[in-house]
Amino acid sequence: MPTIELSHISNFICRDISLTIQNSELMVLLGPTGAGKTTLLNIICGLLPYEGSLLFDDEPIDHVPISRRRIGYLFQDLALFPHLDARRNITYGLWAKGLGQDEIEARLFEMCNLLNISHLMERYPKDLSGGERQRVALARSLAPSPHVLLLDEPFNSLDVKTRKYLRLELKRIVKRLGLTTVFVTHDFKEAEEIGDRLAIIDSGRLKQAATSQEIFFNPNGHAVADFLGSPNIFDCTNHEVLGNGLVKTECGGFTIIIVWEDKGLNKIAISPEDVYVSRNEPPGPSINRFRGTIVEEVSHNSMVTIKIRTKTKDILARIRREDLIAENLTTGSDVFFILPLRNLKGA
Amino acid sequence: MNRITIIKPPWELLPVVAFLALWEISARFHLVPGQFFFPPFSTVVQELFHLIVNGVLVENLLRSLIRVLIGFFTGASAGIAFGVLMGWNEVTHRAFHPIFSLLYPIPALGWLPILMLWLGIGELLPITIVFIACFFPVLYNTITGIKGVPRDLIRAAEILGASRLKILRTVIFPLALPNIFTGLRLEAGMAWRVIIAAEMVAIPTGIGALLMRAESLIRIDIIIVCLILLSVMCLSFERFFVFLEHWSTRKWQ
Repeated sequence: MPTIELSHISNFICRDISLTIQNSELMVLLGPTGAGKTTLLNIICGLLPYEGSLLFDDEPIDHVPISRRRIGYLFQDLALFPHLDARRNITYGLWAKGLGQDEIEARLFEMCNLLNISHLMERYPKDLSGGERQRVALARSLAPSPHVLLLDEPFNSLDVKTRKYLRLELKRIVKRLGLTTVFVTHDFKEAEEIGDRLAIIDSGRLKQAATSQEIFFNPNGHAVADFLGSPNIFDCTNHEVLGNGLVKTECGGFTIIIVWEDKGLNKIAISPEDVYVSRNEPPGPSINRFRGTIVEEVSHNSMVTIKIRTKTKDILARIRREDLIAENLTTGSDVFFILPLRNLKGA
Repeated sequence: MNRITIIKPPWELLPVVAFLALWEISARFHLVPGQFFFPPFSTVVQELFHLIVNGVLVENLLRSLIRVLIGFFTGASAGIAFGVLMGWNEVTHRAFHPIFSLLYPIPALGWLPILMLWLGIGELLPITIVFIACFFPVLYNTITGIKGVPRDLIRAAEILGASRLKILRTVIFPLALPNIFTGLRLEAGMAWRVIIAAEMVAIPTGIGALLMRAESLIRIDIIIVCLILLSVMCLSFERFFVFLEHWSTRKWQ
């Protein structure tokens, strides 16, 4: 599978993007809506004009037609042909390339086994559920044996549970096939779960390309930090292993317990939306529970970001406006806040 | 297991039966002034039977039908062909759109005087009128259908390796079919309306001409027979295309 190299790629949206996606790597293009992620995906595919150079394994492919780039593409709306049943959708690429009937049948059989969709072959897209449509669309893009798989927010329209399940299945499949994969999303959690590395795109520019952990703990500039939701980051000085995968650590006046099995814990981070805030003392053991005073409120549509001042550090929490009103959380109130164990990230 | 079939009474026929009964009674009992111009329904049916038996109706209907079929199929075929070309290829669209958009607003019957002079009074005249009546609406419906195919579907086919011609044949055209059928359905009825008008004005044969002869002989019963026949033909043609559209797209729409 090829290593993809984008060298100084620019067009009407993208600005001088240089990025290398390693052979068989699952790279996630992450950024807000309108950042230029899909544009970059379309450039790799050959659907949009651009300046700069695009190389597959050091070979420029700028003038190679789309059909010869050996790319599989999963569109945001999946783009299944509504007038063809699942079988003909999946075999369309094989048929278009002029493969023989035996070869087509063999490949179809392979795809059906890989994605467990044999029972859907006679159905039309309108008769498939959201998850089934995703599988058929994935089978269609994988059937012609591509070397590169491009996915443009393919799970957007699905419920959280199906999304999570399909994400894991997609990762399993692309890793098994060893495909060089580029996955577009605007959801950091999705990116974190699926990607080997993440490339943060904003306003047509590449802001940072690194592992999710590197990005989360060391965001390159305000734009990246803002996009990640300005996580609360604690520097840890020492830690004590408690057993059962738990570690107790001192982080600038906070004693935090975290699930951590690696060696050396230097930092802990938590997203503001994962911080639980209450006016009254929450019941249960006093683990990862702290007190502070609200010193600032900033509204963003239905969400409110509050700054909680403690003796040593300001903590950001993001809560829904109705919860803010229900809990009577106002500037100046003394509050309790919890850093939930499973939402803490260590580095 | 025995299946119980519930036959629903055809309630929708009730207003038709009531209308025919009212017609018959009001004509028989001279409830409408000018009874001479208002024959009862039974007289019309009698005349219909008579015209079928003596072959007048069949002969005129066949002439009109042949003209409609030739004009409709040539006009619709040309409309679909040009529509596909113009919807698919921007250069063709730019080349033909200005002239077609100038010609489209002219009613088909507006061409009658000039066509009478150019083509003379013959079979070609009504066929050409029907051709014009069908060509433009089918053309524009086809263009709309072709242009309305989602861009991502075309891109998907392109990425999967299909040639432009294969994409046109296997993705664009099938997905434009519902729009094309809408054009065909509307124009199938329109073809009958214009052929009758053309025959009334300029042609001595066909249902339109029969209507004019009946008018000069003050044969209201024959006029009504012709109008009923015209209604049935329009409806049958439209229904045929509704059926065809449903049949060809029922699995995926």
